[in-house]
Amino acid sequence: MAVEINKELCNGCGKSKEPLCVRICPGNLLYKNATDKAEIREKRDCWDCAACVKECPKQAIEICLPAEIGGRGSTLQAEKKDGKIIWYLNKVDGSVEKFKINV
Amino acid sequence: MEQFEVVELTTDILIIGGGAAGCYAGVRAKEEDPEVDVLIVDKAHIERSGCLAAGINAINAYLNPGVGPQDFLDYIKQDSEELVRDDLIYTLAQGLNRAADKLDQWGLPFLKDEDGNFLPRGTRSVQIKGENIKPIMAQAVRDSGVDVLNRVNITNYLVEDDQIKGAYGFSVRDNKFYLIKAKAVICATGGAAGIYRPNNPGQARHKMWYPPFNTGAGYAMGLRAGAEMTTFEMRFIALRVKDVISPTGTIAQGFNARQINALGEEYQTNYEKNTTPLRLYATIEENKAGRGPCYLDITHLDEEDNQRIKEMFLNMSPGIILQWADREIEPQDEPVEIYGTEPYLVGGHAQAGYWIDTKRRTTLDGLYAAGDVAGGAPKKYVTGAMAEGEIAVLDALEYIQGVDLTESQSKELSEELERVYAPLECEEGVGPSELEERLQKIMDEYAGGLSTNYQLHEEKLLQARRLLKILDQDLASGKAENLHQLMNLHEVIDRVIVARVLVEHLLYRKETRWKSYQQRLDYPERDDQNWFKFVNSVYDQKRDQIEIVEREHIKLGDLDGS
Repeated sequence: MAVEINKELCNGCGKSKEPLCVRICPGNLLYKNATDKAEIREKRDCWDCAACVKECPKQAIEICLPAEIGGRGSTLQAEKKDGKIIWYLNKVDGSVEKFKINV
Repeated sequence: MEQFEVVELTTDILIIGGGAAGCYAGVRAKEEDPEVDVLIVDKAHIERSGCLAAGINAINAYLNPGVGPQDFLDYIKQDSEELVRDDLIYTLAQGLNRAADKLDQWGLPFLKDEDGNFLPRGTRSVQIKGENIKPIMAQAVRDSGVDVLNRVNITNYLVEDDQIKGAYGFSVRDNKFYLIKAKAVICATGGAAGIYRPNNPGQARHKMWYPPFNTGAGYAMGLRAGAEMTTFEMRFIALRVKDVISPTGTIAQGFNARQINALGEEYQTNYEKNTTPLRLYATIEENKAGRGPCYLDITHLDEEDNQRIKEMFLNMSPGIILQWADREIEPQDEPVEIYGTEPYLVGGHAQAGYWIDTKRRTTLDGLYAAGDVAGGAPKKYVTGAMAEGEIAVLDALEYIQGVDLTESQSKELSEELERVYAPLECEEGVGPSELEERLQKIMDEYAGGLSTNYQLHEEKLLQARRLLKILDQDLASGKAENLHQLMNLHEVIDRVIVARVLVEHLLYRKETRWKSYQQRLDYPERDDQNWFKFVNSVYDQKRDQIEIVEREHIKLGDLDGS
């Protein structure tokens, strides 16, 4: 699975040694790199649980399907807000579908 | 060798693995006795570790009104060719609804009817909005006063006079080696993925059903300590949405989808049964016969269903949402193709695991097993794993009354420390990825993987045995460049011993009991006369020998105290 980290949006959770995504990744795949941004060790080791996508306070992480299984550029981002998760499905044609889910 | 700090911890009850079984066991211990020390150690972080990281949208082991523990047992026997541990299933069934009620109290959103009853999805299943199930469990653990140690990979038990007195492990984030002394240990590490070559290649190789981070550590450390294991040969293979491996139950049960072949026929009725293994087997057979691909037909969905099905999958398996988006279709536009995954060992769905008694005691004193790592009770799922955690910990609370912490600073400590960190010293060796792929290739091709339609026979299994033995020798030259790779390397080491034991189980059972899961080309029929019994194993590490032992099936009426 592919997790993409937007280095413009990621602020490494400020001074935190352990950004939220690094803290929770079940595969120990994320770390804070030399430029203080979150980085994935090996994209191919990701399970696609999307825990980091939902946890990121900057919406800097998105998931997509790898090309090997038909990924053609659509992505999912998430935002936690008022006890809900808002998902943004960015589609191939550039449109965005939004889902609000109570958790 | 780089300097590693040895950290010694003591606790009354050590729980290895902070998933459903481990978290609930911890909380129940503190509810029963607030004074007892309980420590949960997790390789990841309990906030999002294990199977439940992405969430789930149904509790699939629940006794809806009118269903009792005996009905639950009857269903599982029928679904599993009758050969299961009746006693384990019956005793965990008694705790299912208590576990579900606890999740409800903790704040897990259950769908409810007007009277406040959980909304059924099937006879033994209720609907939830479970994206957040793991953080909810983690919060309950924190509130309970249980201690938690995250990012520590437990590698072996501390054994003293044939008793389990704790465990060793290493931090995957810093240079700390842990010696944890405990009066009792509950193993709740989960099952094993990554033994067989996965469904998907390249960047998608970890797009699998079971978490790729559950790598059989609990089985492996049990084997190395001499614990008896059962029924590894009943592998679990999931029937899933092709490529993205999203769950099919949500579609089939939740939206009444017909299961059809390429000709539009509902093919399941052409097979002898409609059980979980047979739905997979039938799908494979249809493909072999030229009637594939097979589908779950959801073209009857309306706009509202479209929206609902997408929201349900976002709560647990977002991959299928991306698949629809990448194909530029809506769910109702096309039937969803289904296929089998690679095989896994997992006691919560099939029944590979520790041989335990009704108190969840393993064959080693002081060691309990619960959840996916515990054998004999298929289809226990989240609530069943929790129920087992509860049973285990309630007995452990009594057991520890008569046990002292070990005093010894054993020589095993330095031996284990050396064993664990040796790959960091290795300069010319092979990395974890290559060793892992070697293992998966052997298992796929010779021990009934996806590429052989899961079918097994003697000569190929014997070849698997030979090749695994060679691979086992190569593990000694395994190389790791950092602590993360060190964890990966130990995951391969664990999976190789698990695979070796699995192959012995597959060789030993000379019948076909569970089609696709355990299907012998050379013994194609179920043979109750000779094989209505359990195949168990014990590994002798000193002699590096796997001994197979047979255990009789026990009828529920003949059990101690039940």
